[in-house]
Amino acid sequence: MKILADTVHENAPQKTDTLFGSDELVINMGPQHPATHGVLRVKLKLDGERVVGSECVIGYLHRGVEKIAENRTYQQFAPYVDRMDYVSAVSNGLGYCEAVEKLLVVEAPPRARVIRTVLTELQRIASHLLWLGTHALDIGALTPLFYCMREREEVLKIFEKYCGARLTTHAFRIGGLQYEAYDTLEKDVERFCKNFEGRIQEYSDLLTGNSIWIGRTRNVGLLNSADCIALGVSGPVLRASGVKWDLRKAMPYAAYDQYKFEIPVGTRGDTYDRYMVRLEEMRQSRLICLQAIENIPAGPIMARVGKVLKPPVGEVYHAIEAPKGILGYYIVSDGSIQPYRVRIRPPSFINLQALDKMIRGHLVTDVVAIIGTLDIVLGEVDR
Amino acid sequence: MQTWWVELLCALLIVLVVPLIAGYIVLVERKVMADMQARLGPMRVGPHGLLQPVADALKLLIKEDLIPNNADQFIFWFAPVLSVTAALTSMGAVAFGPWFQVARDINIGLLFVVGVSALGPFGIVLGGWASNNHYSIIGALRSTAQLISYETTAGFALVSGFLLAGTLNVRAIVEHQRTENAWYVFLAPIGFFTYLIASIAETNRAPFDLPEAESELVAGYMTEYSGFRWSLYVLAEYANMIVVASVGTTLFLGGWLRPFPNVHWLGWLDAVPTLLLAAVGAYCVFRAGKQPARVQSLFMSAVALACFVVAAIFGLSAPFGHLPLQFMHDGLYGAFWFLLKVSVYIYLFMWLRFTLPRFRFDQLMRLGWHILIPLAFINVVDVAVALALSSEFGLNRWLAMAVTTAATLGAAMLLLRWNDKYSAAASAALLADSSIVEDSHAG
Repeated sequence: MKILADTVHENAPQKTDTLFGSDELVINMGPQHPATHGVLRVKLKLDGERVVGSECVIGYLHRGVEKIAENRTYQQFAPYVDRMDYVSAVSNGLGYCEAVEKLLVVEAPPRARVIRTVLTELQRIASHLLWLGTHALDIGALTPLFYCMREREEVLKIFEKYCGARLTTHAFRIGGLQYEAYDTLEKDVERFCKNFEGRIQEYSDLLTGNSIWIGRTRNVGLLNSADCIALGVSGPVLRASGVKWDLRKAMPYAAYDQYKFEIPVGTRGDTYDRYMVRLEEMRQSRLICLQAIENIPAGPIMARVGKVLKPPVGEVYHAIEAPKGILGYYIVSDGSIQPYRVRIRPPSFINLQALDKMIRGHLVTDVVAIIGTLDIVLGEVDR
Repeated sequence: MQTWWVELLCALLIVLVVPLIAGYIVLVERKVMADMQARLGPMRVGPHGLLQPVADALKLLIKEDLIPNNADQFIFWFAPVLSVTAALTSMGAVAFGPWFQVARDINIGLLFVVGVSALGPFGIVLGGWASNNHYSIIGALRSTAQLISYETTAGFALVSGFLLAGTLNVRAIVEHQRTENAWYVFLAPIGFFTYLIASIAETNRAPFDLPEAESELVAGYMTEYSGFRWSLYVLAEYANMIVVASVGTTLFLGGWLRPFPNVHWLGWLDAVPTLLLAAVGAYCVFRAGKQPARVQSLFMSAVALACFVVAAIFGLSAPFGHLPLQFMHDGLYGAFWFLLKVSVYIYLFMWLRFTLPRFRFDQLMRLGWHILIPLAFINVVDVAVALALSSEFGLNRWLAMAVTTAATLGAAMLLLRWNDKYSAAASAALLADSSIVEDSHAG
C-alpha cells in the first residue's frame, strides 16, 4: 500500500512495529468524510484496523473571526460569534455580551438575565440533542437522529418566535436584550419541558441498556481526570472523567445562582460516561428552564448603555459554560469603539486536542465514536 | 406442470423482475425506515413515492460511467458483475412455491444455493481491491473475514435442518415439513435463530454492515463505485437478501405451505390471499380520490385494478368447489405464502437495521467465533442426538427435541458468560498495550 507523500515522517515506525510486519496504512479521514462532523481531517496511521498514531489537520473552516473583531465595533461583532459554534449560537452570544458588559462595567437587568438563562439552557438542550443524534448515527443507530431533530425543532421554533432566527440567532444585545419576551414564551417553554421529559426517556430506552451500544461505548476513548486537566479539556468530557467543574456553579453568570440543579459527573471517563453525563445535563437544563419561567422578574430588559460603546482602556476575560465546555472571551480595549484584540477560547478546539490520546490503540470504528463523543463543531475549532 | 417453458419463464423472471423487485424492496425499506423515524419517506415520484425505484434506476443508468485512473480496470468492471451473477444464479435453485423454480430436479438443492451465493463475497473483495482505495480495501477485508465466519455458522445452522429433513432437495424438504406436521423452526429453534443472525451478517445488513459502514469507511468496498456499477452491488445485496430469506423460509418456516396445512377446520386460511389483495385494492380506491393530482389518482386506480385482478385470479383458483382456475391453486397459493414469509423475514432485517447500533469488528468476530459457531455446532450434535433418541429408542420426537434444545440453550448461556469474561479481559489487554498508548506524539 502506498503511503501518501506528505505523511512520511522522519521517525516513522519501522516495519517490525506492526502486527504482521507489513507497512502501516495511512488513511485520511476527512475533510470530506461522513463522520468527522464537518471539515476535520484526521490522518490515521493504522496497523490493520488498529490506530497507532494520528494527526488532526484543522483550518478548513478558518474565517479569521478574531481578526474580524478588530475591524468591527463591539455591537457589530456580536453576530459573528454566532457563527463559531453554529449549533449553540445563543451560548456564544451570551458569553460575548457578558464579556463586553464586564468591560463596560454594566450589568444586564434581572429580567434580561433570566430570559438569557432560559434561552441558553434551551440551546444547551438543542446542542446536546444534535450531539446525541449524530453520535448515535456514527455508531450505526440511524433512528435516534430523527427523534432528536424533532425535539430540537421545538427549541428552534421558540428561538424563531423570540428573535426571528433559528440557527444564528443573535438573540442578545450588549447590556441586555433587544426584544421583549413574546407573550407565550413561558407557555411554549413549559410545554416543551413537559414533553421533553418523556421524550428523553425514550431516547435513553433506545440506547442506554442496548448491549451493542454499551459494547461500542464502554471503555472506548478513556480519558482520566489528570489528562483532562493537563489538556485543558472542559465541559461534559471533563465531567465524565469525574471532575465536578461547571462554571454555572463555580463562577455563576446570568441568573444561574438562583436555580437549583445538579452537575452530573461520570466515573470512568469513557464514551458511555460522556453519553450518560450529557443525557443527565439535558434533564438538568430542563429543570433550570422550568424554574426560570416560573418567575421571570418584571422590569427593563436593557441596561443603560450608549448607542456607541466606548469601553475604558483595559482588558477582560469572561468565560461561560457553553454546551461543549468552557467558552472564554478575552477582550483588550484601547478605549476606541473597536476592540483592540479579541481572543476566544473555544471548547471544541481545546477538547479536540485529546483526540490523539483517546484513539490510540482503538480500531478505526472507534475513531468515529470518539470524534462524536468529543462533540466538536468545526466552525468553532477553526474560527 | 413439468414443462421446459415454465423453467425458462422463471429464469427470465429472475433476470428481468428481480432488479425491479429489489428496487421496490429499497422503496419499502425507505418507507419502513421513515415510519420508524417519524417522517414520510419518498413522496414525490408517483403517489406515495411508488415510482421512486423507477426514477432511481433511470438516474443510476444515465450517470457517467467512472473508473478511477489507478483502479485495476478489468477487475473493477468484473467484480460487481460477479457479485450480481452469484446472487441471481443461486436464486435459480430456490423454489418460490411449488411451481416457480428454475432448476427443478437438482438433488443438492439448498447446497447449490449456499455454495453459489458464497461466491458473492469474491465480487466484494475484488471490487474493494481493484478500487485501489484505502477505505475500499479495509471494507473488502472486513467483508472477507465476516463472510467466512458467518458462512460457517449459517452452514452449521442449515445442517441441523438438513438432518431433520434427511434431504437437500428443496421440494422434499418442504414436503417433509408437511408430512411431519411441523415447521422445522419449532423442532430446531436454535438452528433457526443462528441461521437468522448469520444470514443478516452474510448479507452485510445492519447491525453487521461493517463492510460498508458509511460512518466509518465512507461506503466501504463501494466507495469508488458509482452509477450502474454501484447499482449492481446494491442489486446483489438485495438479491442476496431474497436468497437467504428464501432459504430460511424453505428450511425452517415451511416453505410454501399454508400455516397448518393439514388442519381442515383452518381451511378458511386459504381465503386470506384473496381478501388481503382485495383489501389493498379497496384501500387504493379509497386513497385515489384523495390524491392531489389527476395523474396520481389514475395511477392509484390502476394499482387498485391490478390488485382486484390478482385477487380475482386467486379467488377463482381457490380450492373450494369447482372453480375455473382451480388447476392453478397449488402454484399461486404456494407462491403467496412463500412470498409472505419471505417478506416477513426481510421486514425483520429492516426492523433490526433501524433499531440497533452497529457492531465493532472485533465484537462481530467474537460473536461469530465464540458464540455462534460453537452454538451452531452444539445444536447440530443435539439435533442428531434427538433424532437418534426418537428413531432408536422410540422417544416422542417433540420431547426429544425439547430436551436437546434445552441442552443447547444451557450451552448458549455458558458461552455467553464465558464470552463476557473474555471480552472484558481482551479489551483491558488492548488498552494496556503500553507501546501504543505511551508514545503519544508519533504522528
